[in-house]
Amino acid sequence: MCSLEKRGNLFILTLTGKNVVHRLNPEVLSSIISALSRAKAESTRGSALVTVSHGKFFCNGFDLDWVNATGSKQEAQQRFDYSLDCLTQLVQAFISLPMPTVAAVNGHAAAAGVVIPLCHDYVVMRRDRGVLYVNDLEMGLKIPELYMAFFRAKTSGWALRDLVLRGLKIKGEELLKMGIVDAVYDGEEGVTNAGMKMADNLARRKWDGEVYAEIRKGLYSEFCGMLGIASKAIGTPKL
Amino acid sequence: MCTLEKRGNLFILTFTGEDQHRFNPNVIGSLLSLLSQVKAEATRGSALITQAQGKFFSNGFDLDWAQAAGSEQGAAERLHHMVDLFKPVIAALLSLPMPTVAAITGHAAAVGFVLALSHDYLIMRKDRGVLYMSEVDIALTIPDYFNALFREKIGDASVRRDFLLRGLKMKGDEAEKRGVVEAAYGGEAEVKQASVHLAENLGKRKWHGEVYAEIRKGLYPQLSAILGLTHKAYTIARL
Repeated sequence: MCSLEKRGNLFILTLTGKNVVHRLNPEVLSSIISALSRAKAESTRGSALVTVSHGKFFCNGFDLDWVNATGSKQEAQQRFDYSLDCLTQLVQAFISLPMPTVAAVNGHAAAAGVVIPLCHDYVVMRRDRGVLYVNDLEMGLKIPELYMAFFRAKTSGWALRDLVLRGLKIKGEELLKMGIVDAVYDGEEGVTNAGMKMADNLARRKWDGEVYAEIRKGLYSEFCGMLGIASKAIGTPKL
Repeated sequence: MCTLEKRGNLFILTFTGEDQHRFNPNVIGSLLSLLSQVKAEATRGSALITQAQGKFFSNGFDLDWAQAAGSEQGAAERLHHMVDLFKPVIAALLSLPMPTVAAITGHAAAVGFVLALSHDYLIMRKDRGVLYMSEVDIALTIPDYFNALFREKIGDASVRRDFLLRGLKMKGDEAEKRGVVEAAYGGEAEVKQASVHLAENLGKRKWHGEVYAEIRKGLYPQLSAILGLTHKAYTIARL
């Protein structure tokens, strides 16, 4: 599912998959949410989180085997909707995390799996391998309003069109040009180390975690608004 | 005025003649009914190309017709009327159940540029023709839906400022460099060829038209709201 390790000031969240393909079902999503709760509970000024994965896939979306392993189409739709709700809870957990977050994307992120790296503050990706692939259009699925708001918070204009309306499998270099990822590196070790280094540098700023999270929520104001997540005003500057 | 041709899976809308292809209520009416026809005849694999003959793609509203009202107030009313009449054209393009390409074969100014910008992909000439929002130069304010279109389609704030506040006449190679258009080519034939090529490739994806239109509307929520476009929840899953 996932593991959380503390290394100095860094929380390292590793996504592990039972079948190497990292597919999200409610159990997996819950375990990631628990890991984030632990990181939040143990956070201090100067904490940062980096999410890593190993192998060909970063995250391939929902566990469709689980979704479809029911008696009826109606039940399958229910399982899908439930998976989506759990994903939304996970996004909320990432967005509320009181520390900077970096995703080190070593491989493919597809469908709902695209959301995971994008709900980090910074994304570094492999140059030589891996694509982001929003495949809803290909599957004949409308993207839920809430997730359109999520994507609109990350990018705009033609880049947004290319992300969701073109059925593209987009590589790191192109995502860098589109402003969706922050940097690209060669090899799994390259991107993982770069992700850790970036998280480390952010941690050194020793930002107030609560303030950081509130400011971050403001960058997702439409998304948070739709979920009814209120923002807190923190007005006493620590000069 | 405007003609509609079907070529295989492609709908080709052409502004005919060597004039400036300005829009007055009659022309707008024609355009709307042709777009209705396209929508009615749409199938999976359809795509639309909008192009023009001569030196102009479109130079905007028919200001001569507006001024033929005989008074300043009359002219302002006629212009206001055309601005209102054009909203359904943009709404129709935003809801069209297929990918759309604007083959900008000549100058596109004011509402002519707005029309081009309402397509999913813009292809332009490098050697001739400019994109130009003339309003600031002729002392006209920008209608709300023009503004929303610019805000949501063009991510770069300095580009928006250059068009709306600076009256910049942007040529093809700058438009390509600054990400206003998908690509710019060396002549009319090349632009038309490239547009056909792009439209055909998009059509080959055989996307579900209604889903495509719903995702597209989600890219432009403010514009959609101003145009009174509602969302449909629609799922036909190909799991």
